Amino acid sequence: MGRFSALRLLREGLTGNRGWTPHWRDAAPQPAYDIVVIGGGGHGLATAYQLAATYGQKRVALLEKGWIGGGNVGRNTTIVRANYLLPSNQGFYALSLRLWERMEQDLNYNVMMSQRGVLNLCHSDAQRDAAIRRGNTIRLSGEGAVYLDAKALKKDWPFLDYDNARFPIRGGLLQPRAGTARHDAVAWGYARAASDLGVDIIQNCEVTGFDIRGGKIFGVETTRGAIAAGKVGVAVAGNTSRLMQMAGLRMPIESHVLQAFVTEGLKPVIPGVVTFGVGHFYISQSDKGGLVFGGDLDGYNSYAQRGNLPMVEHVAAAGVSMMPMIARARLLRSWGGIMDMTMDGSPIIDRTPVEGLYLNGGWCYGGFKATPGSGLVFAHLLATDTPHEAATGFRLDRFARGHVIDETGHGPTPNLQ
Amino acid sequence: MIIDHPLLGPRDSDEFTYLGDASLLDRPDGLGEDAAARFAEYVYMRDNPAGLHRELWFHAAGDLSWLVVTRNTATHEITAVELASDVTRARRAGK
Ligand SMILES: Cc1cc2nc3c(=O)[nH]c(=O)nc-3n(C[C@H](O)[C@H](O)[C@H](O)COP(=O)(O)OP(=O)(O)OC[C@H]3O[C@@H](n4cnc5c(N)ncnc54)[C@H](O)[C@@H]3O)c2cc1C
Repeated sequence: MGRFSALRLLREGLTGNRGWTPHWRDAAPQPAYDIVVIGGGGHGLATAYQLAATYGQKRVALLEKGWIGGGNVGRNTTIVRANYLLPSNQGFYALSLRLWERMEQDLNYNVMMSQRGVLNLCHSDAQRDAAIRRGNTIRLSGEGAVYLDAKALKKDWPFLDYDNARFPIRGGLLQPRAGTARHDAVAWGYARAASDLGVDIIQNCEVTGFDIRGGKIFGVETTRGAIAAGKVGVAVAGNTSRLMQMAGLRMPIESHVLQAFVTEGLKPVIPGVVTFGVGHFYISQSDKGGLVFGGDLDGYNSYAQRGNLPMVEHVAAAGVSMMPMIARARLLRSWGGIMDMTMDGSPIIDRTPVEGLYLNGGWCYGGFKATPGSGLVFAHLLATDTPHEAATGFRLDRFARGHVIDETGHGPTPNLQ
Repeated sequence: MIIDHPLLGPRDSDEFTYLGDASLLDRPDGLGEDAAARFAEYVYMRDNPAGLHRELWFHAAGDLSWLVVTRNTATHEITAVELASDVTRARRAGK
């Protein structure tokens, strides 16, 4: 397959681009593996890669029911940030952001990581105070954040509606190291690097059941036959409850649909990512020029991968309130993805009551930025049977124990998290 | 989505607020011996099926009634709508 480099690009360009080969092996399932990872999204792929790269695992398979990148990893709005308030979350996302910064070197793959900054606007004294407090905790965690008042913001963000009668913009919290990345490339880059290290990436292979005897897992049943496994890691995002139900486990999770939108390509206009502090709206501009934006969950349980019109209207209204000029842009596409919303809005990375069965899920609408961190800590758990130090809070039993990690303070209402 | 309200007829789902799985109507006995464990299950754990789901919707922009809606989460198709008060009354009568 060969490494990618500027020299290689030049050579291939001069020789008719005949030397490129598929980025990963399309493997067929073998009868048995030491570790089977279920789910070929960002998290499953990053986990499989880390198992091989960092933990020296030789017999690893990754099972994906459709194709690599067809789930949320290819549907999200690609925002990468580490601007959380609670220590269990912030420690983890800080690790993840640092891994993002070296992902392209680690994977030898251009994921178009662009640290263009994420700006959260605030519209009242109370929001400003909360933003400054959050900024201070982010700075204590070492990840950097700066509060800018309206005057300072106007330099780079002149198009926002600062004097909106109802929601004037008072300022905003900027995290300069946050940004966006090319989501498909993240999936492909991990698949290529994992495959290169010997991981079998098996597509069109849906897990339909578990082989559990005496409280211990021995393998999985799939649409391509039974596969024996010493350990099984589940990383199926919106389908977490369905998989865990096959193991007889109920989850503190509801699956919800989140929509996103993209306009036709426009000249560069939005310098980074900006979020509205009233209702919910966020927007950035892709390198192709499309304005990529979204808002809240539709708000009801769904596995349909498409949303409804009330949320389209809400998102559009919030967008026009924040930056009126967006009313002139023409919408190109909209789509939906299924989020595994937990009862406290934070993820779960833990063993399960079934010996040898491990869970990585509950990423809600924010799991893209978690991808490299999640892969590392889940691989650590699978390989060593102990939680990684950056993920000790993400236990499955934290709900019953009352140790929830409720960043937004909404309580057990997944559709509001 | 259109919710066919038993009293008011077809209404836009946007008039409603969603609460979730209708199993929330079955509140455990707070004085029972296993109350802590059962409340943890009641508050946090969900079946979250892909398919038929009985769920609570509140007619916030309407008559303020709670409804039990049976909806397919894979297609968004709604197949039954009942008043939550009817559901609980029928259940009590059945006990
Ligand atoms: C519209 C939208 C916008 C978002 N925006 C952001 C954002 O800006 N920033 C951010 O950080 N996050 C964002 N997210 C969230 C993020 O995309 C997800 O949290 C994250 O991608 C989930 O992890 P994943 O990549 O592993 O999931 P997925 O890509 O969904 O991977 C799970 C895989 O499991 C497979 N699977 C399911 N069941 C089975 C089975 N039985 N057998 C085998 N395979 C199975 C699925 O086919 C799927 O490919 C957004 C999500 C959506 C939908």
